[in-house]
Amino acid sequence: MSRHQLTESGQLKHFLTIEGLKRDLLTDIMDRAEQFSSISGRQVKKVPLLRGKTIMNLFFENSTRTRTTFELAAKRLSADVMNLNINTSATSKGESLLDTLHNLQAMHTDMFVVRHNQSGAAEFIAQHVAPHVSVINAGDGCHAHPTQAMLDMFTIRRHKGHFPDLRVAIVGDILHSRVARSQIQALSTLGVGEIRVIGPKTLLPADSQTLGVHVYHNMAAGLKDVDVIITLRLQFERMQGALIPSAQEYFANYGLTEDKLKFAKPDAIVMHPGPINRGVEIASAVADGPQSVILEQVTHGIAVRMAVMSMTLGSHSEQQEVNA
Amino acid sequence: MKLSIINGHLIDPSNQINAKQNLYIDQGRIVSIGRQPEGFTSDHSINASNLVICPGLIDLSARLRERGQHNTASIASETKAAIKGGITTLCIAPDHDPIIDSPATVDLIEGQVTRAGQANVHTIGALTQGLQGELLSEMLALKQAGCLGLSNGPKTIKNTLILRRAMEYAATLDLTLFIKASDPWLQAQGCIHEGVVSSRLGLGGIPEAAETIAIARDLSLIEQTGVNAHFHSISSGKTINMIKDAQNRGLPITADVSPYHLHLTEHDIGNYDSQSHVIPPLRSTRDREQLQQAVKDGIITVISSHHRPLDNDAKLGPFAETEPGISGLESLLSLTLKLAQGEELPLQQAIACLTQNPAQVLGIDAGHLSLGAKADICIIDPKADSECQPENFISAGKNSPFDGWHFDYDVAYTLLNGQIAYQKG
Repeated sequence: MSRHQLTESGQLKHFLTIEGLKRDLLTDIMDRAEQFSSISGRQVKKVPLLRGKTIMNLFFENSTRTRTTFELAAKRLSADVMNLNINTSATSKGESLLDTLHNLQAMHTDMFVVRHNQSGAAEFIAQHVAPHVSVINAGDGCHAHPTQAMLDMFTIRRHKGHFPDLRVAIVGDILHSRVARSQIQALSTLGVGEIRVIGPKTLLPADSQTLGVHVYHNMAAGLKDVDVIITLRLQFERMQGALIPSAQEYFANYGLTEDKLKFAKPDAIVMHPGPINRGVEIASAVADGPQSVILEQVTHGIAVRMAVMSMTLGSHSEQQEVNA
Repeated sequence: MKLSIINGHLIDPSNQINAKQNLYIDQGRIVSIGRQPEGFTSDHSINASNLVICPGLIDLSARLRERGQHNTASIASETKAAIKGGITTLCIAPDHDPIIDSPATVDLIEGQVTRAGQANVHTIGALTQGLQGELLSEMLALKQAGCLGLSNGPKTIKNTLILRRAMEYAATLDLTLFIKASDPWLQAQGCIHEGVVSSRLGLGGIPEAAETIAIARDLSLIEQTGVNAHFHSISSGKTINMIKDAQNRGLPITADVSPYHLHLTEHDIGNYDSQSHVIPPLRSTRDREQLQQAVKDGIITVISSHHRPLDNDAKLGPFAETEPGISGLESLLSLTLKLAQGEELPLQQAIACLTQNPAQVLGIDAGHLSLGAKADICIIDPKADSECQPENFISAGKNSPFDGWHFDYDVAYTLLNGQIAYQKG
């Protein structure tokens, strides 16, 4: 749990992890996202909330979708936004990561949106930025991807409403997934009835049950009567570490096909954080099928990120008002 | 110089003394215990009332100077830190800069130690050339140069045939092997204990099997070759039973544990606290309890600092990219005796883990206060009421997760060769 992401009055200062945040706050994020999502349908897709603010998208790891939606979110809030793709090999040591950060901060940045291949990197950066700077975690190693989790919650809420009535199954490489960790925390905080993880033992974390989930290794049992199925991307390098024998075998076992989808409730929705490996973790027929909400997730990403950005940068002005 | 230490409570586990006794020292040696010798007039007298007198501490494993950009420590800085920690004798692990795999390096270190004029230093030689795990080091030459044992440092010898040969050759020369047991494959991708915390933080885990597998392999070869062996820094509870069984079978093995594994667990990593990044990793609460019990039961007989001084930058970064290690010389005594506060571990036994027992492992005449022995002495204030302040360490490494810890026991004086080498200000 990060001790850094809330102000003394409980406002969101950074957004680093879902862990430790209260249900009201998560609901607040989703409520604000609802308001922002209407903006995207307007002729003029802009509000002046963050006019004059400078936001740096600091990506130490490749990303298209996440970076783009963060950029769009910032622009729709009228902020100035810069994209920086930084080769991690050039900053493999801690001091140069800090040097990079301090240099960019010296350009009067108000917010860093950070993606990094190391777990804990966003937390580390948040500990070292100046007090007026906010940090949003856009994915750190295998640890957390809180805006992705919130856009998933937003999507679930739109389709399913009341969280306590739901059974949610997350399928695939939980061990290496920052998305899954943040989703599990968000689902628990929102009081979801049952969270399941499904995958081979090689792709599940040690002591998985301590994360507050029921563990299944079999799709038929794990998907039975669930309302939401979240499939995770399988990184191709996993075959190298002897975690699974082949993509074909993985698909046969854990790939979400139309047949396997029938184990779930008839109105179950299918989600995926993207990018999709068709024929590996999900069949095209399912990804493009009527139960899929995958593209909606992408759309919702913009509104949710607008909500989080406006809340974190807003916390400073509230703080200043308190101090004034 | 004639020195007397009067009114103190003497604890000397080797001689089973645990009583109020005066000590009289002349020309660096203990000349009397109890009564003042006739005609002895002290040049200086230490009033040790309310203090505990014990042999100077012996530390089996410290790094004083390593390769790499994060190491500003030197033999001079670290031996001085040792003295402040009540440690009068310490062993340098072979993963030193330069690696201790030739007599020339041993000579070089001895020269630096003499010039520093602080603690006594013994070298542990490299088991294989360059610690590469391929060719045997010149063990006889290392022994003749003064190495008290051999080790491959943190690098596990992967090839079991080479390990077997190394053990056989070391056994031939009656040299003790110091082993930090870890399966390199299971350790490779990890930086913390595989368990609840690694799962929560998304950090690569090191399963306890990394230790048990390596220990099982090594025990089999120790049994076959008959080499004397000492296991460094046990971290997992499961290992303890394996060591106990082997000891019961009569295998010539001993083991140590670090103070941090006796006090901390995986949960102390909290939210990526790099000060708690160590290898082997801090394990579960149950492991910590089992390690404490193993010390009480006498299965683990030595507590060693496993000192690794690092500069601040080494701990500054995302957790997995930070360097593992704790600067431990100056908190070894306080942390060890903290375990004796609950009186479950008798004070005398705790002190034996720092004095008599490591001396036995090394086979050296030290760690006791017999008549005629060298006056290397630690005088302890049991009511020091001090606070651990790493920024005030003498060591070049201020890296410690014990910042702000409260200590009852602390070093009041350290005597080296009958001279006061340190006195708490």
